Amino acid sequence: MTQRRLMVHGIGLGILMFLPLLAAAAGEPFLTNIASRVLVYALAAVSLDLIMGYGGMVSFGHGAFFGLGAYVVGILAHHSFNGTVIGFLPGEWQGTASALVQWPLAILVTGLFAVIIGALSLRTTGVYFIMITLAFAQMLYFFMTSLPTYGGDDGLNLWERSQVPAVDMYDDNQFYYVTLALLLAFLYLAHRVVNSQFGMVLKGCKQNETRLQALGVPTYRYKLVAFAISGAGAGLAGALAANHTEFVGPGLMHWTRSGEIMIMVILGGMGTLYGSVLGAFTLLMMEEVLSSYTEHWMLILGPFLVIVVLYARGGIYGWLVGDEMDEEPAERADGRTGGGADDG
Amino acid sequence: MPLALFLEQTLNGLQQGVMLFLMAAGLTLIFGIMHLINLAHGSLYMVGAYVAATVTSLTGNFLLGVLAALGAAGATGMLVELLALRRLYGRDHLDQVLATFGIILTFNEITKILWGPQALFLSTPEVLSSTVEVIPGVPYPAYRLFVIIVGLAVCFFLRHLIINTRLGMLIRAGATHREMVNALGVNIDRLFTIVFGIGAMLAGLAGAMAGPMLAIEVGMGENILILTFVVIIIGGIGSIRGALIGAILVGMVDTYGRAFLPLIMRSFMEPSAADTVGASVSSVAIYVLMAVVLIWRPRGLFQAYGG
Amino acid sequence: MQMGVQAGEPMMVDTILDVTGLTKSFGAIRASDDLTFSVARGEIHALIGPNGAGKSTAIGQLCGEIEPDQGRIIFNDCDISRWPTYRRARSGLQRSYQITSLFPDFSAADNIALAVQAGRPHSFRFWQPARHDKALRTPANEALDRVGLGHKADTKVTALSHGEQRQLELAMVMATDPVMLLLDEPMAGMGQVESQLMMEILHPLKGDVSILLVEHDMDVVFALADRISVLDKGRVLLTGSPDEVRNDPDVRRAYLGDS
Repeated sequence: MTQRRLMVHGIGLGILMFLPLLAAAAGEPFLTNIASRVLVYALAAVSLDLIMGYGGMVSFGHGAFFGLGAYVVGILAHHSFNGTVIGFLPGEWQGTASALVQWPLAILVTGLFAVIIGALSLRTTGVYFIMITLAFAQMLYFFMTSLPTYGGDDGLNLWERSQVPAVDMYDDNQFYYVTLALLLAFLYLAHRVVNSQFGMVLKGCKQNETRLQALGVPTYRYKLVAFAISGAGAGLAGALAANHTEFVGPGLMHWTRSGEIMIMVILGGMGTLYGSVLGAFTLLMMEEVLSSYTEHWMLILGPFLVIVVLYARGGIYGWLVGDEMDEEPAERADGRTGGGADDG
Repeated sequence: MPLALFLEQTLNGLQQGVMLFLMAAGLTLIFGIMHLINLAHGSLYMVGAYVAATVTSLTGNFLLGVLAALGAAGATGMLVELLALRRLYGRDHLDQVLATFGIILTFNEITKILWGPQALFLSTPEVLSSTVEVIPGVPYPAYRLFVIIVGLAVCFFLRHLIINTRLGMLIRAGATHREMVNALGVNIDRLFTIVFGIGAMLAGLAGAMAGPMLAIEVGMGENILILTFVVIIIGGIGSIRGALIGAILVGMVDTYGRAFLPLIMRSFMEPSAADTVGASVSSVAIYVLMAVVLIWRPRGLFQAYGG
Repeated sequence: MQMGVQAGEPMMVDTILDVTGLTKSFGAIRASDDLTFSVARGEIHALIGPNGAGKSTAIGQLCGEIEPDQGRIIFNDCDISRWPTYRRARSGLQRSYQITSLFPDFSAADNIALAVQAGRPHSFRFWQPARHDKALRTPANEALDRVGLGHKADTKVTALSHGEQRQLELAMVMATDPVMLLLDEPMAGMGQVESQLMMEILHPLKGDVSILLVEHDMDVVFALADRISVLDKGRVLLTGSPDEVRNDPDVRRAYLGDS
């Protein structure tokens, strides 16, 4: 790791760790609440970067997993609060408000959906893949819209946030730290994954999938597993989003949501993991600031996007640290650490 | 099931299919020739609808409204192509998606500023506001019949254009043998702009004709855009014939699903539950169709070009 | 299993690859037309023919990237005709590409290490850093040393010369421990010196690895090949030893241009 990179990471981590204190010191404690929102979306963006930046799978349906994770929490909390039985499940389960059940279940359900959607979508590549993931996400969106049991178009209010042992989720600072812990945990997991043997195969898929198959790697399976991990990560982000806004609706699955998450990844820098956090921060802050000046802030954001795509593709992270990939330098057989070309 | 209802729903399905074809034909042409995935195609549909509604209410003449919509959508499309999309040919599909996403946001906001956030409504033109007895005893709205006829006419016109004209020859050649077109001394940039204009006009026509049937509102373009994607995935990217077959299939499955699934469900469920489940299932029916086609033929029914 | 040679019977050759009736059309063009030939275990078998004779299409069908319309491929006593590409590769049938096909964002050593990984049962290892894994890096560096690229291990592929990329590609397929190689014009675009180096790398493989060699450079073909099949319009015109092919009047006229 270069010095500069170490410094950027250190400063970034420092800011994240002490943000609630800084916000309180600045006399603007509501900033913590906004920052929590940034972290939630950052988690979703990092999960998308895993498949898009490393595996070359341009999924335009990530909002579906985000929304699905939120609905898992919303539905469980809805039944738990009202004391009603979950009709579509066998048995007499009345849901739960416990995060220890809600969140793992959100991860599991979205992971499962990602396996199903991925199994179909990954039969294709390129522009087909983009359109198919978008279409499947839209399918889930319409399905939730047409389901009056859980609010249909109007969505569900979350009357009770998830209960985390020893934590008061209604306290902005505690909520922030729970979210931060989960984001950092996922970042660490993703960092290990992209540098592992599995990660090498994933990066190989992005660069030259045909070659990888000709070498004897059944790439479909690897891409599918990556897709599932990514979907599960977005599901966890969705579970947190439901808690943050105390509301769950089809809007969370809308295709513009998928587009936003995608933009965060690109803004921050594809294939960098940490860049996605910066991207989430930048986009949400832009929204926050622009919308305070004019209700037509999309008129600025839209052309801004076009210009970024046409003229500035490196991403914020690459610009900050001077190199791109989250990669460890290679090691020679004799134990020397190679001064690899990709440490630039 | 009464025959009249069935016939009516079949015509509805055909009408929806024809609208989808107008969108899909342009999108698939643009993809087949420029290898560009254009999310903003739905915005041109929206432009068509708004302009048609405005001009019709100003002049009182629907035909003028449609012509204005064609012109406006075509001009807007060519302008966007010249200013931004031209730089995206040959770029990553991801770049194209993001840039055209940005264009959608821009168009939606401009529309909101120009026409306000409220939906517009356009009444059916006087001449076409009656019903026609398709076969004795089955009345059908004349306007919808008109849409079907216009759609089919465009379909034949496109077929003629592509098979019999010099432009069509260039379009066919441009899709597969770009060097050859260059060698013929044809200005490929201008060809691309013209193709884009044609696609935009088709979208504008669809938007204009949708006016009397739908609420004209910001975001209407995106709804039909995603349905159009489903059509193209089913039909195969780059194939006009695929676009037609896919559009009719999607139109039929969607319409039949919404009309008949609740009825079918009622035969083994209590009515209210049947309506709920039927509505949910029919809302995803076309996506199930898409999944089935994908399993059977991952590159669509009439695959013309690589991804 | 080795077959004993008995008096009165023709000598049985141990066949590694047996291709029967391979047919593939692209529209009106028949790229393979009832293509039939076999490669003996350990031999270097060259496939020559004019441009458009269907050499690359043949390789594509053998490795599974192109689906034949008809025909059967037996490799190492298995019918692999319906196997997907990766499965053929895993059974030891490896290919190289006419146009260099590598992982451009990776270093030379990463490319080979990924090939070593490809030869392992699976890569579902999510935790340990692959670049510190000596079980991958040691064979990778050895393979690089073998083709004379040891000093370029940490160089990014895009920074390698064309010749070095060709060598890297060969090192990559060798690192999977192949039974048979399908080499599609390994000397394409190489200079004299680089070609010579490539020959020196290929020559010692003779006997250990069976090779199907598609190559335009006739000097290379005649120097390396045990047998040669001449292809024309998707069919095998003639199979024989280099001398037989060199002296065949039809071949001289049709292909070598009698020069």
